[in-house]
Amino acid sequence: MLAVIGTVPDPKFPLVAGKVALEEENILIQGRRAAIRRGTPALLAAAVKAAEVLGVEEPFGYLVGDIGRGDGSQKLYQDLVQDLKQSDFHTICFHYLQPLVGWHNRIQSVIKKMIRTPILIADAGFMYVAKMSGRSSAYDLFTPDLGELAFLADELAPHPFYTRGFLLHEENATPDLIARVYQHGNGPRYLLVKGKRDYLANKEGIQAIIDDPMEEAMEAIGGTGDTLTGIVAALISSGMELPRAAILAARTNRLAGSYARPSPGTQVSEIVPHIPKALEDVLKERREWIQ
Amino acid sequence: MGVFGLLKKKSEEAIENHHGDRGFLVFENTSEVIQAENLLKKKGWEIHVMGPPPEIRSGCDLVIEFPLIEELKITEVLKDAGIPPLQVVPVSSPLLKPVDLFQTKDFGKYLMVQAANMKLTVEKDSLTIVNISGGGCPDVPYLAEQMVSKSLKEAPSPREIGHTLCGYALQLAYEEMKRRCLPS
Repeated sequence: MLAVIGTVPDPKFPLVAGKVALEEENILIQGRRAAIRRGTPALLAAAVKAAEVLGVEEPFGYLVGDIGRGDGSQKLYQDLVQDLKQSDFHTICFHYLQPLVGWHNRIQSVIKKMIRTPILIADAGFMYVAKMSGRSSAYDLFTPDLGELAFLADELAPHPFYTRGFLLHEENATPDLIARVYQHGNGPRYLLVKGKRDYLANKEGIQAIIDDPMEEAMEAIGGTGDTLTGIVAALISSGMELPRAAILAARTNRLAGSYARPSPGTQVSEIVPHIPKALEDVLKERREWIQ
Repeated sequence: MGVFGLLKKKSEEAIENHHGDRGFLVFENTSEVIQAENLLKKKGWEIHVMGPPPEIRSGCDLVIEFPLIEELKITEVLKDAGIPPLQVVPVSSPLLKPVDLFQTKDFGKYLMVQAANMKLTVEKDSLTIVNISGGGCPDVPYLAEQMVSKSLKEAPSPREIGHTLCGYALQLAYEEMKRRCLPS
């Protein structure tokens, strides 16, 4: 089963843990609703949609309200230290959490004691703190955008806010940035870099480039990176090999965006409903290609 | 002059403290740093928001670099305002400098400005904020909820309601967007 750990932008949202369903433009967990606008609710919505197509269990969510003060994240970290010990998740995806090095390291210690080692995905704040802690290599997949890739490539930056200017966030710099991430030991097993082109890479270099269909507007739409992470997490937890899951997820996310006929003003909640058809089409393409 | 203006003037990767005359103020959280920065700048002090040195770094951190000789007055002002610093430390090694590069993308009807990992997109005709993307700290989805669909003139500034470095990066993108779109 897939576990997704993150926050909801509502200070009154309590700490909840449970299976996640969709209800119109909301996710539903333990009787609580959160709007699918961006962030962890968007990631979970994409994972639920992908799980439906794949015929696998819906994701399990650990969520709490946090608007950046870090209070909710700290409660969640505290709870996870107890709860993860007894869990048996196949894949764990860490998302929008306050980056706190001490808590990150405690969570890592707990994961090492789990019955089976889960596949670990980190995005957003938890990816920042994984790199900040010097423990990127403990993860199987990071899903940075180009700006975050520059941060991972900057061995001195503790947060993207401090990325040094000579590390340009430009498309043609991507191969060099990827190489620099691994040169300084700040890379996980795989990187899925999302952008105008999506890149799958590991320490040996770029393994695949996914650039079709290309919709320039997607870069401006908040939450499209979250949906990509949700889709790849669902595919991995279904048992698919990570590189294949990453390539299919990137293609699915691009196709879903294209089906929504996006402009820079499109909201991610308009893209999520297109994920099932996009994933079905991508899986069909793959079957035809194999035959 | 706003933060953006101050940042644009520097070209060094980090501020050196060759004469030992600079110190930094450490606060409980980034919200307090932002409040203290606003207050001290209003009072005319030459201060800079910077990244802390590794030995005191705990996560999503900022510190305020200030002229050490002004320590007494500055700490008094901050105490009176209810935001006393946790520590006052002399600068002994280079502090990290925040991002000072902006990228813009013109989509025709829309303009996107990026600062570090944060992107802000505005519809040019109406000056409505239509999207906020990027970032990873938990105030990003909250800031987006509060700012998207509002006019650039009326939306709350990330500095007022944000709490983290991502919020601070969005503030820089927001100031740059205002500089480009709103007559001064």
